[in-house]
Formats: sequence, structure tokens, C-alpha cells
Amino acid sequence: MNASWLSVPLALLLAPLVLGVVNRTKAFFAGRTGQPLLQVYYDIVKLLRKGAVYSGTTTWVFRAGPLVTLAVLLTLVPMTPLGGQQAPLSFTGDIVVFCALLGLARFFTIVAALDTGSAFEGMGASREALFGALAEPALYLALAALVRHTGSAGLSDSFGVLSQRNWMAVDPAVVLVAVALFGVFLVENCRIPVDDPNTHLELTMIHEVMVLDHSGPDFAFVLWGSALRAWILGCLVAGIAVPALSSSPWVNVAVGVGGVLGLAVVVGVIESVMARLRMTVIPHLLVGSAALAATALLLGMR
Amino acid sequence: MKLDWILVLLVLGNLRLLASTRLGAKIRTVAAQGVLLGLVPLLAGMHAPGLRAAFVAVVGMTLKGVVFPWLLFRAVRETRISRDVQPYVGYSASVLIGVIGLAAMFLLSERLAPFPAGASSLLVTAALFSVFTGLFLIVSRKRAINQVLGFLVLENGVYLFGAGVMSETSLLVEVGILLDVFVAVFVMGIALFHINREFDHIETDRLSSLKN
Amino acid sequence: MLLALILLPAITGAAAFFIPSTAFRRALLVCVASAHAAMTGLAWRLDPAPALSGWLMMDDAGLLFLSITSGLFLAASVYALGYLARESKDEMTDLEEHFLFRNAPEAGFIGCLLLFLAAMTLVTVSRHFGLLWIAVEATTLVSAPLIYFHRHHRSLEATWKYLLICSVGIALALLGNFFLGVSAVSIDGGRASLVIDELLPRARSLNPAWLKAAFALMLVGYGTKMGLAPLHTWLPDAHSESPSLVSALLSGALLNCAFLGVVRIQQVCNAGGQGAFSQKALLTLGLLSVAVAAVFLVGQTDFKRLLAYSSVEHMGLLAIGFGLGQAGVFGAFFHAVNHSLVKAMLFLLAGNVLSCYGTKSIAQVRGLLRSSPGTGALWVAGFLAITGTPPFGLFFSKFIILKAAFDQGQLFVGVVLLVLLAVIFIAMATACLGMAQGSAESSAARVTGPCHWLTLVPSATLAAVALALGIGIPESLNHLLSMAARTIGGVL
Repeated sequence: MNASWLSVPLALLLAPLVLGVVNRTKAFFAGRTGQPLLQVYYDIVKLLRKGAVYSGTTTWVFRAGPLVTLAVLLTLVPMTPLGGQQAPLSFTGDIVVFCALLGLARFFTIVAALDTGSAFEGMGASREALFGALAEPALYLALAALVRHTGSAGLSDSFGVLSQRNWMAVDPAVVLVAVALFGVFLVENCRIPVDDPNTHLELTMIHEVMVLDHSGPDFAFVLWGSALRAWILGCLVAGIAVPALSSSPWVNVAVGVGGVLGLAVVVGVIESVMARLRMTVIPHLLVGSAALAATALLLGMR
Repeated sequence: MKLDWILVLLVLGNLRLLASTRLGAKIRTVAAQGVLLGLVPLLAGMHAPGLRAAFVAVVGMTLKGVVFPWLLFRAVRETRISRDVQPYVGYSASVLIGVIGLAAMFLLSERLAPFPAGASSLLVTAALFSVFTGLFLIVSRKRAINQVLGFLVLENGVYLFGAGVMSETSLLVEVGILLDVFVAVFVMGIALFHINREFDHIETDRLSSLKN
Repeated sequence: MLLALILLPAITGAAAFFIPSTAFRRALLVCVASAHAAMTGLAWRLDPAPALSGWLMMDDAGLLFLSITSGLFLAASVYALGYLARESKDEMTDLEEHFLFRNAPEAGFIGCLLLFLAAMTLVTVSRHFGLLWIAVEATTLVSAPLIYFHRHHRSLEATWKYLLICSVGIALALLGNFFLGVSAVSIDGGRASLVIDELLPRARSLNPAWLKAAFALMLVGYGTKMGLAPLHTWLPDAHSESPSLVSALLSGALLNCAFLGVVRIQQVCNAGGQGAFSQKALLTLGLLSVAVAAVFLVGQTDFKRLLAYSSVEHMGLLAIGFGLGQAGVFGAFFHAVNHSLVKAMLFLLAGNVLSCYGTKSIAQVRGLLRSSPGTGALWVAGFLAITGTPPFGLFFSKFIILKAAFDQGQLFVGVVLLVLLAVIFIAMATACLGMAQGSAESSAARVTGPCHWLTLVPSATLAAVALALGIGIPESLNHLLSMAARTIGGVL
């Protein structure tokens, strides 16, 4: 009995929970009670009921931004393997499409931010473009290393192979890929040490500032989109780190979900413990991730 | 398998050396590499290690993990420097060149395979990459102490190659390397001390009064 | 006997650090040098037995280089008597920048000199590549304090560059040794012997890729020590800042010993069938060295650096000679002998000029022939010799190398070499003759009168020998050169 179709509804339903877990972990570390776990759901529903306000200086690009981003991420959801299962939409070379679609999502976010004509958003957009430009090679190299290492044709196959290995027989290349992907995860989801999601100072915002002008349903789409992005990349990282060894597909899927939520807890811990890096040092972090991924690829080439 | 882990850690250590700006971190990385290197002769080769190999390993690890860092930290304390000045080649570019060098060494070791003593091509790659990193650090960094670190990394690479590929050779080679590194660091340490006394800096890019 | 040749200077060198009496130390230096030279002379007659189960053995090339080293060391030690007497123990004033500095303790200087002799002897008699490497490394470490005799910032800079560049080169040479070992393991799949006498008979079955890589690394490594461009950058600084007798030993003896390392690996390459590759590499680096030397000799302002770049040029010629093979090898060996004699003489004279005139600048030295006739005459003779003017021996050795180039059809090499040698001749002529002629009053530096005759004796002796070699090679030397050339793979 194949449980691969489960990944889609689970993703759509549970993605906002990831953000909730991160916030709750941070609150726990800070000694507060914090937001409810389902706060992001409440926010999305609240925003969907409101009306949107559009600035006079914007064009169709501003309206299309959140929609296209969400559409792209929704396309990525069936491509993401969960718990070592085959993704519903998997084919040879789906890595390239995966990275390209993520790039497209980022592109539309940036363009929508630029469309407002405000210097504030423009600044955030330029930073996001720089970090995206550095993170994309890291992602490409890491996924290529993964595919090369497991000798499979696509994303789902390689994760399937990886899940069958236990932690004792782990290869150095796999660990390097996991670390590189974790770095990409932090960048794509704008987590500390790359970006502080709670800051509202104009000199330090990156992602927050790009979506500042969206309101109503648009902002709901942005929220859901960021949750889906966290889920998708979290599935990748958790798929390497947490092996799903059981013979029953339901258990594997549950283990996969648990892995993603566990990753959310880890991110929450990191956010509580570390401070955000200086802007000039972040490219070094990204180049380091890319170097690790390249090393993993070279290790797999022999 | 354990040898693979050690070699990957050595490669990562080299990348870290290329990217790091803090002198203390670099010295500790080189010391850690030295200790890991001491384990290689015990794990490489096709036979179980004998008493002689274990003795050489212990001596090597003590020298590289304890004595050299102590000497280098003393030199750093005397000159009271902690951070690097802007080098000739920037840090991101250094890491990039390092990765390209790593790819080149992979290709080279594939070309030269097979190796005696059952050495894996990963071992030869790691050794050649250390040689490359050492040379690159010597050429692209200012400050005499960075050049000493680069020299140590170069020697590490040569030693790794010797220990991994020629594990059946005579004691002469092993003793030769250890002696070479010890005396070189000792002598260089003295030279650093003198340099610090003569000049008020140890920036070798300012050692250019002898010109044509 | 071989062990005695090495151990005598080594033990006395180590002991010299602890001897308190200055006169006794200096006497010890000259005595050991004479004893070493005498033993080397004996080795020409008797055939010394191999030692250390074949790791030490005297072959023809080794005997040749050992004789050069020993003879030069004797000359330098005699010169050292006068030199050390002149250098005081207290603070001295630097001649260029007029700050005060001290000298290193003399015990250390003499001790390191003797250890230097021991290390160079070991290089010439070693048959094991690993032992050869250790000996070359030892020469680097032991000669660094010699360069740093005058304790000031310029010589420190020179010493630092010397240490760093040569150590890097030596480390690469060690990697080359390992590569050689790997290429040899494939023969019997077990222990790889790095003894050259065991490698040569089976050289055909050495792995070619590893052998070529080993040659390349050892060429870079020992070539750094030898002063081949583009690895020569330590040479001018070290030679200009160290005491003259140390420069003489470095140029005359150490560069040759480093070259011996290259010769040994080339022997193996030739025997292994990779001779074409190694010869091409040697030719390229040799031509590059001569070209670089020519560029930097034109318009040179410091006469010690002038001599240093001239050393680079002659090392390039040695490499070209070996790169040509056959008759070029004989020419190269002969050239090594002549060059060492003349270069040592020139450096010792340069020390005299420095102490007489107080400056290293060519423009400020004038009227050498008038103010100090002995030094001036020898200086002009030395210039004529080093640029290859007949009847000095260097003319013949250069001629043999050039003839070998044209005989083998390497027209490009021959023509370029001729042009470069002409440029070098002109450059050195403007410098040296300008220094010798004119009147002493017109020079900008202060002149302190003619130099002490004792410091001229070694230079005069060396000049006489160089002249004699040019007029006629003694039969025993000729025989030795031919045998040496034949073992490397060349005939006359």
C-alpha cells in the first residue's frame, strides 16, 4: 500500500504548524508562554476575511507576486518526498526543476517588492537577491551531490535510498550535504543567523521588509507560502537526517512528519541561542555552505 | 571507513584555514589536523599497526598537537596580534580557489591511481590538497606567522602522503619528516622572535626594502 | 673514510659552540678545513669504501663536487681569519643606513660553518635519496644563522626569505622522494628502496607517470635551493646581506650540491627512459634562469647582487648543459668547477672592496685599480673569467655547452643563449670595469687604503687555478669529468 499521496494533504495542513513550533520553542527558551501553536492558522484565516489595499504606484506585478509565489510552492509540494516515500510527482532530473522553481518564487517576491517603488522594499530586495544568488549554487550542488552519491535519478529515489541506511553506516558526504542543506534552509526561510524574523528595524530587515506592503488575502498567501517553503526544505533536511526504516509506509510518513517538526524545534533552539550575523559575514556563511556541498559532490564523484 | 572520516575532516580543516580570519582559530585547526594526522598511519596500510608505528604516531601527535601550537601561541602573544589584515586574496575567493584546487587534486589522483599499500584515492587527494592549501596560504597571506602555518599545512600534506602510501618504508622517512618540521618550526619561531624585535610588526609584505 | 669526512667537521662544529678561546676556534676552523681538503685529495688516489651498507659511496660526480666544496671551504676559512679579525665584537655602524648593530657570536658562526661543511659533504656522498634530502635540509637550516651574522633588519629579511622559500622547496622535494618511492614499489610490490644503486638497474620498470611527477617535484624543490628561475628570489637578498665568505660558500659550494640532487634524479630518469621529459624541463628552466639573470643584471646598482644574479645565470647554464645531454653534460660538469672557483674569488674580493670603500653601490666605487692594485687586478680578471673570456676555463666550458646545443640541432637554444650571454657581458662590463677604472678621488665613498694582503691570498690562488684550468685541464681531472659525464648519460 503506497502512502505517497499522503504527503500532499499533510504538507498543506501541517506547514503552518512548523512555524508555530519554532515560535513556541523560542518562547519556551525565553521563559514565556508565547503564541498558541496554531497562531499562524488563525492569522491566515483572519487575513483571508479582510480586504486588500493596493498602493497607487503598484502595477499588476505587485498583485501577481504573492499569487505566483504560492502557486510555485504548491507545485513544489507534490515533488517533495516525505518519509522516504516516492513523491506523487517525481521524474528524472526533478532536482533541476525543484531548484528552478524555488528560484522563480524568490524572483517574484523580489520583483513584487521592487514594484512598490519604495526604497525600503528595494533595500530588502537587493539583500535577498544577493543571499539568494549565493544560496542557489549551494542548493544545486547539495542536491546534485545527493543524487550522485546515491546513484539514483531523482529526488525521491535518492531519499528513498538514504532512508534505508541507519545512522551507523553514515557516509561523510551525506553529513556534508545535510549541513549544507541546513544552511540553505536557514537562508531561504530567513531564520537567524541570516535574518531575524522579529526585527522591525529598517537596517536589519530582509524578508520582512519585502512583504511589508501586502495586505489582506495577499498577505495570507505570503504567510502560507513561507510556511510551505519551510515545510518543503524541512522535508529535505529531515529526509537525510532521520532514517525511516520501518516496513510500514504509514509509520515512515509519521517519522517523516516527526522529523520536520523536530527540525523546527532545532531551528527554534538555534534562534534562541545565537545572535544574527553581521551582514558582511553572511556571504561567508553561504560560500562555506556551497564549499561543503561542492566537497560532498567531489567526494561522490570518485 | 574511519579513515575516510579523518580524511574528510582534514579537507574541511583546510577549507576552514582558507576561510578563517582569526589567528587563534587557525592555529587550533592546524593543531587538530596534526593530531588527526597522527592517527592515519595506524589506520592506513594493509597490515595491523605495529609497535613502531604506534610510537611514531604518539610522537607525531604530541609534537603537532601540543608543542607546535604552544610555540605559535607564544609567538602570537609576543607580537600581540589577533586578527588578520586584508590578505592578497580575499576570503570568499580563497574558499572558491580551494574548492577548485580540491577538484583538481581529485582529478590528479584519479589519473595516478592505483596506489600501493592499498591507499585510497581519497587519501592521495587529501594529501595533495593539503600541499596545495599550504602553498596557497604561503603565497596569498601577509604576516610571517600565516606563512609558518602554511608551511605546516604543506608538511602535513607531504606527511599524509608518505604515511598513507609508503607505510612499509623505513623509519628514516618518518624521522626525517618529524625532524624537519620540528627544526623548521623551531628555527622559524626564533626568526619570528627576531623579526618582532627588529621591526615592530611581522607583516612580510613590508619586508621589501631589499629590492633591485 | 667517508664517515670521517662527514663526522670530523660535524663533531668539531658542534664542539666549536662551546670553545671559549677565539684564537683556538679560528685555528680549529683552518685545521679542520685543511684536514678535510687533505682527505679529499687522498680520495682521488684511493677509492674510499662504501659505508652504511651502501648508503654512502663516492662516485665520480660526488668526488668532483666534494673537491670543489672542500677546496672552496679551505680558501674561505683562510679568508675568515682576516675577516673575523676585522669584525669587532662591539656595535658596528651599518654602512648604508648608519644605524648601529651587533654581530652574532663568533662561536656560533664558526660552529655553523663547520656544520655546513659536514652537511655539504653528506650531500655529495649520499646514495640514498632520503639521506640526500636530509643533508640538503640540514644545509638550509645550518646556513641560515650564517646569513644572519650581521644582526640588522635587512639581513633578517634576507634570512627569513631564505628560510621560507628553501624550506618550501625542500618540502616539495620530499614529496618528490615519496613519489619516487611509489614508482619503485611497483617493481617488487614490497619494500621500495630509495638507494640509487638499487634503482638504476631496474629503472626501466619504474612507473613512468610517478617517475615524471617525482622528477618535476624534485626539480622544483632542489631547483629552489639551486637558484633556478623563477624560484631564485631568495638568492640576491641572501647573497647581498651575508658576509662575503658566506656568499662565496653559498654560490660556490651550496648551489652545486643542490644541483647534485637534480643530477641524481635525472640519472634515474635517463635510465628509466624518461630522459626526454627531464631534459626538456631542465632546458626550459635553464634558459629562463639565464634570461631572468640578464634582465636583472642590466642596470644593477649593488655589486654583490650583481654577483648573485651572475650565479643564477651560471646555474641556468648548468641546467642547460644537462638538458642538452651527451657532450653538454661534460661541459656542465667542467662549468661547475670553473664557476665555483671564479665566483668564490669574486665574492671574496667583493668583501675586500666593501671593507675598503664602505659601500655596496657600484656607482660609488671608482678607481679600484689605483687605490688597491691587487684587488683591482684580480677584480678585472674575475670579471673577464666569469663572463667567459679566454683563456679562463669558463670560456671553454661555455663553448662546449654551446657547441653541444648546435650539434644537436637546438638552434633556438643556441642563438638565444648567445644573445643573452652577450647582454650579460655588456651589463657586467659596464659595472665591473667602471668600478676598476677611474681615480679613487672621484668616488663618492671614503677609501680606507689598500686591503690586507692576507685577504688577497685565497682570491689570488683561486684565480690562478681558474687560469690554469683554462690553459690545460690536468689529465686526472679530465678523466674524472668524463667518467662523471658517462655515468649520468653523456659522452664527450
